[in-house]
Amino acid sequence: MKEDPGYYDYWPYENRPKIEWPNGAQLAFWVAPNIEYYELDPPANPYRTPWPQPHPAVSGYSIRDWGNRVGHIRQMELLDKYGIRGSISLSAALCDHHPEIIDMCEERNWEFFSHGVYNTRYTYGMNEQQERDMIKDAMESILKHTGQKCAGYLAPALSHSELTLDLFAEVGTEMFGAEGGFYSCDLFHDDQPTPIHLRSGKRFVSIPYSLEMNDTIAYLVQKVPPRQYGKALKDNFDRLYAEGAESGTIMCIPTHNYQVSCAHRIKAYEEALEYITGHSKVWVTTGREIASYYLEHYYDAALADISAKQI
Amino acid sequence: MSKLDNKYLHYPHRSYGMDHNRYEWSMLSTRPKVSWPEGKLLALWVNVGLQFFPLNQRGVPFKVPGGMTKPYPDLRHYSLRDYGNRVGIYRFLKAFDQYGIKPTFAVSTRLAERTPYLIDKIKERGDEIICHGYHMDALHYGGQDKVEEAELVEKALDGLRKMTGQDVKGWISPAKNESANTPDLLAANGITYFCDWVNDDMPYVFQTQHGPITAMPLSTELEDYFIILNNLHSAESWAEQICDACDFLLQEAKTQGGRILSLNIHPWVLGQPHRIGQLEKVLDYICSKREVWPAYAGEILAAFK
Repeated sequence: MKEDPGYYDYWPYENRPKIEWPNGAQLAFWVAPNIEYYELDPPANPYRTPWPQPHPAVSGYSIRDWGNRVGHIRQMELLDKYGIRGSISLSAALCDHHPEIIDMCEERNWEFFSHGVYNTRYTYGMNEQQERDMIKDAMESILKHTGQKCAGYLAPALSHSELTLDLFAEVGTEMFGAEGGFYSCDLFHDDQPTPIHLRSGKRFVSIPYSLEMNDTIAYLVQKVPPRQYGKALKDNFDRLYAEGAESGTIMCIPTHNYQVSCAHRIKAYEEALEYITGHSKVWVTTGREIASYYLEHYYDAALADISAKQI
Repeated sequence: MSKLDNKYLHYPHRSYGMDHNRYEWSMLSTRPKVSWPEGKLLALWVNVGLQFFPLNQRGVPFKVPGGMTKPYPDLRHYSLRDYGNRVGIYRFLKAFDQYGIKPTFAVSTRLAERTPYLIDKIKERGDEIICHGYHMDALHYGGQDKVEEAELVEKALDGLRKMTGQDVKGWISPAKNESANTPDLLAANGITYFCDWVNDDMPYVFQTQHGPITAMPLSTELEDYFIILNNLHSAESWAEQICDACDFLLQEAKTQGGRILSLNIHPWVLGQPHRIGQLEKVLDYICSKREVWPAYAGEILAAFK
């Protein structure tokens, strides 16, 4: 085990090269719906128990199923209304279980990125080959069912190994060259993109995907009331938007259909979306587009700046 | 990290639909529109848990949420739960009558045995009674002995039917917890609908070894216990969340057909003097909308079919 994962260097949030997003935008805004499949009776993993009760875990399984049966369309209609294309953090097995959802997202040109095969199959305990196979399986599923060259990764249930980012980038290169496997959502250290050190030396970035704004963290872990969550989204936006005039920032709302689409919560979410998209210097976009734009325009300048600031 | 067997990367249920055979995969938005009686759009299902939490709780295989948490005798939690059945429930009944609610009572059979006065009162009112298990510590759970569970289901249903004179058709498991056999045992004992699964907003068909039964959508997310005592939101926030849900579902019903607002509430939570006003406020708000249809769970199911 290591003291530090070694993915990035210390890089203070002051005097960095300024980022300007397309059309003079000062903030890049993306919404990342997690569309997940949890198994009712998954195999045991020695490091994490999937459900708190012995099989069948009715309460946990059924509310997540509600997200696919009922919640999905509600969030999708809302994102349509505010001109937002979702960047889906996808349990790849959902392509097999619920292709109707995949089709609806495809019709809207939403992005699919990998969130593993199932959200009840953890990386913990996998050897390098097994993790590589799991990552490749998910990327092949996305390609087969959507034609998309998967660019991003959020490890299933945020379960990682020391090699997770390396393996994802390498499988991406093997399948798609530089057009796949080039960004990660697994790191929460910054409000701007960060170049990531990989053993392959691939041009690869971490894109901010905020756990603080994640609806499941807010509702299930911090247990906040819906309108408090809505206010936090607006407050988060206000500060990042103001700072973005000087630095160029990113705001992400990671969501789950079984949380944010509930009838008692969707109003607070809609108010925040209306507020954010009502600002002129916001680039409403996807994870892949942010990462691609950054790699093309700012990645090299960032590397040079980071290097110059290492003491 | 120790090695995982390669079988961990095998996915035997990775195919169209669900990863089990209990019900069909179906998105709510693609189903035919439902019409409620008299052109109403939103059925209001007020479901009242009348629960008995025994002082000598066994806690097998877990301590039921809302149950005893202190060393025996936990007078604090025992008596505070009992408060609901002695005091809070009579505040509920007044409020229901004031706003024309048709409450469904989910009763622990052991409570019916212990408080015949309360059960007689509900019988006289003629409200629907469904079974909430034998008592709150008589849990149904994965790995439970099948014969033991079969006896428990039979004891709970036979006893409640005898005491209420009603042919009880509905069921909620204590803590909404089940074993893999629970739906089969319920169907074998004459249950036609149960309310443990929270994966839909409308009724749907659930397969058992003894024929299909109906899963009825009783929201946990909107429950008083869940919002006030699990999430630790105020009673005012509970009321605000319910009113927001009512508005949203009513709006959705206008384009997608009838919907159900299910409020699972407990007299030991909302029957407290400082909270009852929020329940009254919510009922006043919902019932002021002319598209709302207050109904028993069984009536909603009958109209759905």
